[in-house]
Amino acid sequence: MRADVDRRILIVFAIPGALLVLFVAWPLLRVIITSSPALLWETLLDEEVRRSMLLTFAASLMATTIAFLGGVPLAYVLARRDFPAKWLVEGVVNLPVVVPHTAAGIALLMAFGRHTLPGQVLGLLGIRFVSAVPGIVAAMLFVSMSFLVNAAREGFEGVDPRLEYTARTLGASPWESFWRVSLPMAWRSIFSGAVMMWARGLSEFGAVVILAYHPMVTPVLLYERFESWGLRYAQPIAALLILMCLATFVVLRIIGHRDRRIW
Amino acid sequence: MVGVRLEQVCVALGEFRLGELTLEVAAGEYFVVLGPSGAGKTVLLETIAGIHRPCRGRIFIDGRDVTDLPPEKRGVGFVYQDSALFPHLNVFENVAFGLRLRGGRQVEEQVRAVSRLLDIEHLLLRRPERLSGGERQRVALARALVIAPRLLLLDEPLGALDPASRGALQRELAGLHGSLKTTIIHVTHDFEEAVALGERIAILQQGRVVQVGTPEEVFRRPNSEFVARFVGARNIFKGELRPAEDGYKVLSVGGIAIAVVTGLVGQVHGSLRPEDIIISREPFRSSVRNSFPGRITNIADRGSVIYVTVCLSEGPAPLELACAITRRSLEEMELREGEEVYIAFKASAVHVFPGA
Repeated sequence: MRADVDRRILIVFAIPGALLVLFVAWPLLRVIITSSPALLWETLLDEEVRRSMLLTFAASLMATTIAFLGGVPLAYVLARRDFPAKWLVEGVVNLPVVVPHTAAGIALLMAFGRHTLPGQVLGLLGIRFVSAVPGIVAAMLFVSMSFLVNAAREGFEGVDPRLEYTARTLGASPWESFWRVSLPMAWRSIFSGAVMMWARGLSEFGAVVILAYHPMVTPVLLYERFESWGLRYAQPIAALLILMCLATFVVLRIIGHRDRRIW
Repeated sequence: MVGVRLEQVCVALGEFRLGELTLEVAAGEYFVVLGPSGAGKTVLLETIAGIHRPCRGRIFIDGRDVTDLPPEKRGVGFVYQDSALFPHLNVFENVAFGLRLRGGRQVEEQVRAVSRLLDIEHLLLRRPERLSGGERQRVALARALVIAPRLLLLDEPLGALDPASRGALQRELAGLHGSLKTTIIHVTHDFEEAVALGERIAILQQGRVVQVGTPEEVFRRPNSEFVARFVGARNIFKGELRPAEDGYKVLSVGGIAIAVVTGLVGQVHGSLRPEDIIISREPFRSSVRNSFPGRITNIADRGSVIYVTVCLSEGPAPLELACAITRRSLEEMELREGEEVYIAFKASAVHVFPGA
């Protein structure tokens, strides 16, 4: 919202704000501009880099899909109903944001590792967590699902219940009213939450590295190259990762700004 | 025939309690529920629509017990004060919403027909946020009416409108009721709206119905101090305006010509506070424009104030006005029922507002 504010206060406030923005923008920019296009192209041709990127994108998409299926219904319930242990559920949903991600990795390992009951049951179905793709998906899901659930919840809270009531009087069952009114109206919020979650999943290192060093997601590959070969070899991958994320963000912002109708 | 019947209905909604309510609305009736904000008017309508479940009591629509039916099975149209149009759909899809759910054919024809009725045909491709308040309410009405509801519930439908569109939509509502004969329950806190539209009025106070009757009954004979104070104990009459000289107009009510000051024309309502009427035993000679002979038909003692009803004209629809006087005046003038008196009031004391 725009408002008339005295110019002096604006100028004074703008200085620390600008420094903060620069603090974020400058390093990102520097990583990108110091990498020559030729070097970036060469890095892209690196089989290992390409494979890790594909894996990272796919695993994060998988985690986002799972969170979508479970999180959207949960968000609706949280937005519409008060129930006895609601604070507890809300706490659990938000906990992954504050838990150190390496600790989250350890916790997941202890719950789904080879020698645990869930780990063994899922193992019989051919799903292995340790050093396998499901482990990566689980790590990403764990640490980033809060983004989707919270955004979806905000979306549903923004839907006036009287719109649902009206839909009901017009002949909609509770399901139809959800599909035709609540979901389309909250869609923008849910979608942006899903994008946030997906992007957050891409960048996950701490929890992933504990469950699955191999197969390597891009942040792990970046870390490995930095550790064994040094900055010169890690930097182009960092630049590539940042560029990819930037590109997705720009594209999704544009989509998000367009007036979307799904009905 | 009974349109809607509430039998000892109670609703508990958090802190708020509605009821116990017993109410009967005739089929085809235009019924207005009048009450201050917070009286439970919206909850009452939502309960009839099936959105809140009463903790006790039964609800009947057209003789059928609908207490256990969900909203989508009740055949009730609902219009909220702020329209509650679906913002993600254009006007056409808003109106078509109920028809699409029924999977009916001829959606287009039915939407067009109801749009013609409400004069919103030119708006069909617009988005709700690009409509004016009056247009929104007409779209909301069309959306509710297109499913041919047995009962139409209106929650302060004129409350969010500017005076001009308010008057227009009010006439539209009266016209629609006249042509469709749908039972309507309309809630409002505005007494003029209630008088102009309601065949009968119920007064709601803190979740309870305290009085039900025709507008004239409720306004002239409030049965409690709350009702009297809320509606202001007014004399209400309906008549036709005719032009006159000196900036006045004449409101003709059943053969009595009352001088009034107004910019309106045609069929209107007039209201007059009992405190603004003077009673005397002799004909008046003063600057007061309105002076009539009449006969006392009733003297009601309300404690500090005494209401004297004076009948100005005989016949099937007599014009009776309640006049408020003090106990001392009553004793000094020795007024009794059946006696001939004179009453007078200023032209400017008559409040004129649009009729249906």
